[in-house]
Amino acid sequence: MEITDKIFKFFGGIKPNGHKAISTINPIKRLPIPKKLIIPVRQHVGKVPNIKVSVGDKVLKGQILAEPIANISAATHSSSSGTVIAIESNKIPHPSGLPDLCITIETDGKDEWIKRNRIDPSNLSSEALYETMKSSGIVGLGGATFPTHIKLNSNKIKTLIVNAAECEPYITCDDMAMQEKTKEFIEGIQITMDFLKIPHAIIGIEDNKPKAIEKLKTVLNKSKNITIKVVPTVYPSGDEKRLIYLMLGLKISKEKRPVDFGIQVFNVATLISIGRFFYHSEPVISRIVTVTGALKRPNNYEALIGTPIQELIKDAGGKSDQEIIMGGPMMGFKLPHTDVSVTKAMNCLLAITDEMKSKDTFEMPCIRCTKCVEVCPAQLQPQELYWHAKSKQFEKLTEDYKLFDCIECGCCSYVCPSNIPLVQYYRYAKSEIRDQLKSSEVADIARERNEFRLYRLEREKKERAERNAQRRAQTSDSDKKKLIEEKKAAIAEAMKRIEEKEK
Amino acid sequence: MAIIDSPAIKERSTVNMIMFTVILGLLPALFLQIGFFGYQILGNLFFGIGFALFLEAVCLKLRNYPIRPFILDGSAFVTAWLLIISVPANIPIWTLLIGIFFSIVVAKHAYGGIGSNPFNPAMIGYAVLLISFPKIMTNWPISDGFEIRNFIQFSQFFSIANINEAYDAIVSATPLDQIKTSLFLGKEVNALPISLSTLSSYQMIAILYFLGGIFLVYKKVITWHLPLSLILSIYIFSGLLHLYDQNTYMSPLFHLLNGATFLAAFFIITDPVSSPTTLKGKIIFGILIGLITVIIRNYGGYPDGIAFAVIFMNICVPLIEKFTQPKVFGYE
Repeated sequence: MEITDKIFKFFGGIKPNGHKAISTINPIKRLPIPKKLIIPVRQHVGKVPNIKVSVGDKVLKGQILAEPIANISAATHSSSSGTVIAIESNKIPHPSGLPDLCITIETDGKDEWIKRNRIDPSNLSSEALYETMKSSGIVGLGGATFPTHIKLNSNKIKTLIVNAAECEPYITCDDMAMQEKTKEFIEGIQITMDFLKIPHAIIGIEDNKPKAIEKLKTVLNKSKNITIKVVPTVYPSGDEKRLIYLMLGLKISKEKRPVDFGIQVFNVATLISIGRFFYHSEPVISRIVTVTGALKRPNNYEALIGTPIQELIKDAGGKSDQEIIMGGPMMGFKLPHTDVSVTKAMNCLLAITDEMKSKDTFEMPCIRCTKCVEVCPAQLQPQELYWHAKSKQFEKLTEDYKLFDCIECGCCSYVCPSNIPLVQYYRYAKSEIRDQLKSSEVADIARERNEFRLYRLEREKKERAERNAQRRAQTSDSDKKKLIEEKKAAIAEAMKRIEEKEK
Repeated sequence: MAIIDSPAIKERSTVNMIMFTVILGLLPALFLQIGFFGYQILGNLFFGIGFALFLEAVCLKLRNYPIRPFILDGSAFVTAWLLIISVPANIPIWTLLIGIFFSIVVAKHAYGGIGSNPFNPAMIGYAVLLISFPKIMTNWPISDGFEIRNFIQFSQFFSIANINEAYDAIVSATPLDQIKTSLFLGKEVNALPISLSTLSSYQMIAILYFLGGIFLVYKKVITWHLPLSLILSIYIFSGLLHLYDQNTYMSPLFHLLNGATFLAAFFIITDPVSSPTTLKGKIIFGILIGLITVIIRNYGGYPDGIAFAVIFMNICVPLIEKFTQPKVFGYE
């Protein structure tokens, strides 16, 4: 695909107040090692990895706690040295509020690393590289947490797009990381390009990050194979498919994946961890978290995975009873429990502000104003989706109105003058449709089984009848007489025995 | 504990803010109207809107809806306002109230209230009045020119007796009506009883509706699709007739400046509830209303046909929407 300087502006989108300056005043901060690290075993999309430690074990920093058991799975590492004191169900940062298996480590404060061997990617075969990556614990750190090694295992990729848009308000972790970890970032891009055997990468970055842009431009001065494309600040330019359009002018629907067009998109934090893994032999044991919102000292933290979030909130000048959103204000969710720990998916902790609390939630009827249509980046008809979701016309939703192309970015809800929680309606409809699909699959299987059973019974009956008929046809009249006489004789014999007994 | 659904932030926009902006767009024309015709219009607005809000409250109560948020959405206010400025200012108050009743109770609440009414409520009220009271509805007051005095008298509008004074005012048919009658009688355009060179008071008011409409487009309360397609449609179709025979058909500019063209283009057909949601649909809707209006104005029984054209096209909205669904991202 030809790469030009052109930016392809996508339809719709919104321009909410960014609130980004408040968390970029000070450099990224590191806190002392917490006394306890609570590390969820599974922090990625895919299979639960196999736990390799037991309670009482001494572990070192960077040691594998659980290793992937399938392709779509990722390793989990110890973020510091210490002792495993519990492997049990614990609260995790998830919208459901349900607990999950966690490994609790009591740290010894020594922060002692496991023996590390520098991996030179140029000496390894692609299979060996793939296996190495599998043990790195690297997943999509933009929040999707899809295991990264799968995305690297493709020879069809022609274009690498770096998602540095960071379009959600308040979040600044990628911005700060690009400024402070520029070298590792570029290294990560280079290695990924080598992996995919492609000559070119494009960095897509919103124009509200002038410092990061400046820094990258200076570093990339001579490099011709990494292009920076500065895009206007419009939410949601960081959505994968919107970013691909911004960069290449290519529109991809839900029915297709970027890979089908030879495109792979990586987030800034993911690329930095790739760089760190190969150049510094460091698996994912920490991540940068923006801690912001209604706090005295919003800041970015490089936090060890498993750090209790209350330590970050306290350091940023917050109180322990504050309500917290994980992620940004547009797509993030309110944490059901705030006594959870930092995970790989946690890019932002947003203390709910008064503005968010005072949001008018009285739902008025839809007046068909189509403000939502004007902002929908997927070019859907949000009002039609809403009416059909409300009246449960699920078939029309998927067939005619392409509900599953909705990326739940929240632009429609953001502008709705009737305060309709549109995204919630779409989520509801999506889950209903998925359930229906699943139960109809189960019903199909049951019906097939039953039909087969009826068919089998019928067949057996027919076969038996055929066998009997055959036997009957085979036995001649004399044979029949002989049989009858034999039976008569047997009966007579039996009668005689009974008489003898009675005597 | 506050309920926080994603997104946690929201633009400050509400239904009543939209309605308030619409009223702002209508205010300059009201000012001019008072200057030309006096304070009756204010009395109509006061009693008409008061009655509309009363009916709205009663309907909400009967339908078990919370009264406060729905009264404050401003929709009944705007509906009443639009009906009042569409009828002659010297209309007897009881006639006006009948129109308001049909707008609010029949056209709006009987069909499910805000968001559910298939027909434009103000136009239903207008059509009922035009069919039931044709004489009242076609006698418009004549202006002696813009007079500051009209504003000073404005305190008198609270007296119902003074409103009925309007009966004694000099009235006449609108230019559209006069021309229709004259042409019907076989006169030619250049022999018509009205001056076509200077702007009449109604034409000046129409120009202010145009400017108020531009304000709504600028404020993004409406998009350009509906007004532009209606205006162009009326201009082109009446222009074609004018080209065909200049002696029988008025110029396209005359059609734009007279009747309810600009009021309808920016304030009536843009009612989101009863107009199409798709952009292509909006353009088709505007064009067809324009075409029907030109036909009624030139060949129909009523001087101005916009109200009927709007109501007719309201029925076609679901059909228009069905055939104008745009392509989704990635499916083009």
